[in-house]
Amino acid sequence: MLTITDLKKSFQEPGGERLPILDVRSFHLDPGEQVALVGRSGSGKTTLLHIIAGISTPDSGKVVVDGRDITRLPEPLRDRVRAEKIGYVFQTFNLLPGFTALENVMLGMSFTQGKKDEPRARNLLERVGLAHRLKHKPTTLSVGEQQRVAVARSLANRPKLLLADEPTASVDAKHQQQIIDLIRSTCREDGVSLLLVTHASEIASQFDRVDHLEDFNTQEANAR
Amino acid sequence: MNLFTIAWRSIQQRALASALTGFSMALGVALVVAVLVVHNVVADSFQRNAGLGYDIIVGAKGGKLQLVLNTVYHLSTPVENIPYSLLKEFTEGQYKPYVTKAIPYCLGDQYEGQRVVATVADFLGETEYARGRRYEFASGRNFTPDGDFEGVVGALAAHRTGLKVGDTFSPTHGVRDDGQGHKHEPFKVVGILAPSGTPNDRAIFVNIEGFYLQANHAKPVEEAKDHHDAPKTEGMKHDHDHDDHEHEHEHERLPENQRELTAILLQTSTPAAGILLPNKINEGPIAQAVLPIREIRGLFDVIVEPIQMLLLALTVLIVIVSGIGIMVSIYNSMNDRRREIAVMRALGARRSTVMSIVLIESIVLSMAGGVSGWLLGHGMIALMSPMIADRTGVSLGLAPFVAWELALIPGLVLLATLAGYLPALTAYRTDVARALVASP
Ligand SMILES: Nc1ncnc2c1ncn2[C@@H]1O[C@H](COP(=O)(O)OP(=O)(O)O)[C@@H](O)[C@H]1O
Ligand SMILES: [Mg+2]
Repeated sequence: MLTITDLKKSFQEPGGERLPILDVRSFHLDPGEQVALVGRSGSGKTTLLHIIAGISTPDSGKVVVDGRDITRLPEPLRDRVRAEKIGYVFQTFNLLPGFTALENVMLGMSFTQGKKDEPRARNLLERVGLAHRLKHKPTTLSVGEQQRVAVARSLANRPKLLLADEPTASVDAKHQQQIIDLIRSTCREDGVSLLLVTHASEIASQFDRVDHLEDFNTQEANAR
Repeated sequence: MNLFTIAWRSIQQRALASALTGFSMALGVALVVAVLVVHNVVADSFQRNAGLGYDIIVGAKGGKLQLVLNTVYHLSTPVENIPYSLLKEFTEGQYKPYVTKAIPYCLGDQYEGQRVVATVADFLGETEYARGRRYEFASGRNFTPDGDFEGVVGALAAHRTGLKVGDTFSPTHGVRDDGQGHKHEPFKVVGILAPSGTPNDRAIFVNIEGFYLQANHAKPVEEAKDHHDAPKTEGMKHDHDHDDHEHEHEHERLPENQRELTAILLQTSTPAAGILLPNKINEGPIAQAVLPIREIRGLFDVIVEPIQMLLLALTVLIVIVSGIGIMVSIYNSMNDRRREIAVMRALGARRSTVMSIVLIESIVLSMAGGVSGWLLGHGMIALMSPMIADRTGVSLGLAPFVAWELALIPGLVLLATLAGYLPALTAYRTDVARALVASP
């Protein structure tokens, strides 16, 4: 489903020198597989997810998503791969405040060639337990509910890969487990591969496979 | 959800700013529409009426435009008189071959602020004031050549003075109603004109024969003798031709040597006559001949058109400023929306897609403002139209739409695209990765 080889990413320091962030020699994710990615803050987890999603480009290396090396695709095609194959759950939900819960999920369907499937959007919100909140704007929802809308939105286009970037970090402790269960069960039901970034060990420990970013980053990148 | 809905949501989110910028656009467009329509109506009615069916106006030497404004539009200060004998030159004298019709015209009286035109029955009777259009009577009839004390009232003048068929009225001398004017013997209203959309709606017409019999309208005989001996004899001859009419009147008509005219309206026999005749008349010492259409054309070219172009330019400028307002409003919102745009990109939207959303937003705002402004403009004109008709006699009609208004649509879309371009470019250039990690 996802194969990364020899991925390098550095950022330009304000001083001018390049600061290496990522140097991933090899990373692989099978279809339907669920992995927790652990790493300390600032280790480059978000940067990695951005590259996988085609939001950022690496300095070098290959990122093959569902058989296509997205690093070789022009931007519009990367956008398309992202729209059709990848779901993204953010730490801060990133719902659009002007749109209702249902519209936020529909928005996820707006940027693909496919038709807008409102029954599916309703169904997704039902699955995350928000059937009674369809017409609510994000600000009238609790943070837990907001993140559930975001999860529903990430699955709107039947992605093959779900990237979740610390999805519970902004959710109150009471609802964190609910969100994790929701993400994991929906991914399992729909056969979606899951790459979930977290630095909470109690969450990581629930996964069969836990990867540490420091393990495949080279010494140089780790030594920063 | 289509891009239009997404753009509309963003407009709704900034409801106040959107409403204000849209409103300023509406005002600008309303003004453009008003100027366009008024321009067109004014130009059209002025120029359509320039001759009222006559090619040449003969009057005393002096201001050409003033002569036209006086005789055709019933505007401006009165002009000097010309001798009555001049009329004979057109009806039986040296200029006869050049003209098919010569209408005598006496001005200078008024009734309750409406100008009184003393003329012959023919003026209202047979003249086509515009192609295929003749004066029609809302009630009554035209005055007859023998009805010396009969008068006909224009539609608007009737409305203002309240004169009806059967009423009598006494014009006063002097165009301005300063109370100093001398009252004359009454005329009887025999007809009310239907609205013609011409300046004659504002005038009252009386039989020139009755007019001459009013106090102060006869030229002192000595003066007539001194200066116009030859025309006098010609005039006498004419009197004899009409002797059979004379006995029908219980009063004596004014001898022609005591008569004066303000103007003579001419229809020329050939286009060439329209060029030759003015030259001949203007060479003479007493009178000038003007081509009303040319004078009005000149007035428009030199004064009215430039003023209206200036007005149009100013109103278009207001629309452009409104466009800049829309640009500023959207541009200011871009900072807050950077993250929303990044989220849409993360959901798979292309750069060009988020750019389109912002452009659509600008176009929707402009068009919404434009459509309301268009309605507002025509609403304003519809409300003002009775007042304009009352003041000027120019009826705006039911649907005073101007073809140029159609240019508003592409114009606004172009303006909106230009206005939206800068903020749309900001959307296009949004650094998604950076905007996503920036604290919300
Ligand atoms: N656009 C950028 N320009 C420069 N430095 C960046 C940029 N994005 C991230 N970084 C830096 O790269 C490092 C990794 O960031 P990030 O991937 O967000 O870490 P994590 O998600 O693991 O906390 C941090 O030191 C961060 O400051
Ligand atoms: Mg991070």
